Amino acid sequence: MLKAITLLLLFQLIGETIVMLFRLPVPGPVIGMALLFGVLVLRDGASTELRNTAQSLLQHLSLLFVPAGVGVMLHFQRIADEWLPILIALPVSTFATIAVTALVLRGLQREESLE
Amino acid sequence: MNARLNEIWVYLAASPLLGLTLTLLAYQGAVWINRRCNGHPLANPVLIAVLTLVALLWISGTPYPTYFDGAQFVHFLLGPATVALAIPLHAQLGRLRRLAGPLLVALLVGSLTAATSAVFIGRLLGASDATLVSLAPKSVTTPIAMGIAERLGGLPSLTAVLVILTGIFGAVGAQWIYRLMNCRDPAVRGFSLGIASHGIGTARAFQIGEQTGAFAALGMGLNGLLTAVLLPWLMPILMRWMG
Repeated sequence: MLKAITLLLLFQLIGETIVMLFRLPVPGPVIGMALLFGVLVLRDGASTELRNTAQSLLQHLSLLFVPAGVGVMLHFQRIADEWLPILIALPVSTFATIAVTALVLRGLQREESLE
Repeated sequence: MNARLNEIWVYLAASPLLGLTLTLLAYQGAVWINRRCNGHPLANPVLIAVLTLVALLWISGTPYPTYFDGAQFVHFLLGPATVALAIPLHAQLGRLRRLAGPLLVALLVGSLTAATSAVFIGRLLGASDATLVSLAPKSVTTPIAMGIAERLGGLPSLTAVLVILTGIFGAVGAQWIYRLMNCRDPAVRGFSLGIASHGIGTARAFQIGEQTGAFAALGMGLNGLLTAVLLPWLMPILMRWMG
């Protein structure tokens, strides 16, 4: 548990450092995820300890978004002023993105399995 | 008695303990409600917990920064959790290799759809420029979206809220879209949900299944990278095109 958490934080730290060093527009943890993925491919998998820690952390992934979500209270005024474009653009665009991505991926997959 | 209660409240309201404990309680209450509703997508745990906390803070007159002093300990875990997504992703390595081509094409189309449709609909309904720029990165994970909005002249904290609303809309609506499309493949479901609604969609995908969650994590990560590169270049074109 302790080792696994240290490892995750270490990869985040390396990610943050790379982002600062090269002024990348991407956040550190995403680079950390890419690096850890690369290491797992090279070393052929994660230890049981790392797998268990990741699973318990990801099981409550929803919880981690709650503090930022409560920040909605800072923007009541703007949302009240522009509620129509916001409340229509968000769901319509999100549903369109899900449908279009799923259709393209499904279509291409079928094509590939037919060949 | 009242003076004593007031004294206790003043002490607790200023300490991080209260914000942290309330966050955990509100979330567990939300999970309990979600289970009672048999995991119905509308009973989304993030949505219920956020609404409960906003109501509590509003009633007690607590400012957001005071609450965040405590809640930041939960917020901090987003970093290591993002890194941890590499592990379920690696478990899908075989399927990833076979699907690499289709996944990349779907990623590009999905990423463009997410930004373009949000800006287009927003403009059509009269959103201001600052709101439009904050809307454009709505489908990517909060820290990336905030960074993009800041660089393009949007409002980072508004973007954070729009991103989270997007996540909730996707998590709530995905099931109906899949049913409508008759889509059962965990790779297709997960990947599209991760691209459209980032971490909250990914959290929802993990509720559906491990494989769905892994592909959602992949979609979220790739779309974060691609949007960060694409949007600074795409946004001026969109704004000019729509006047």
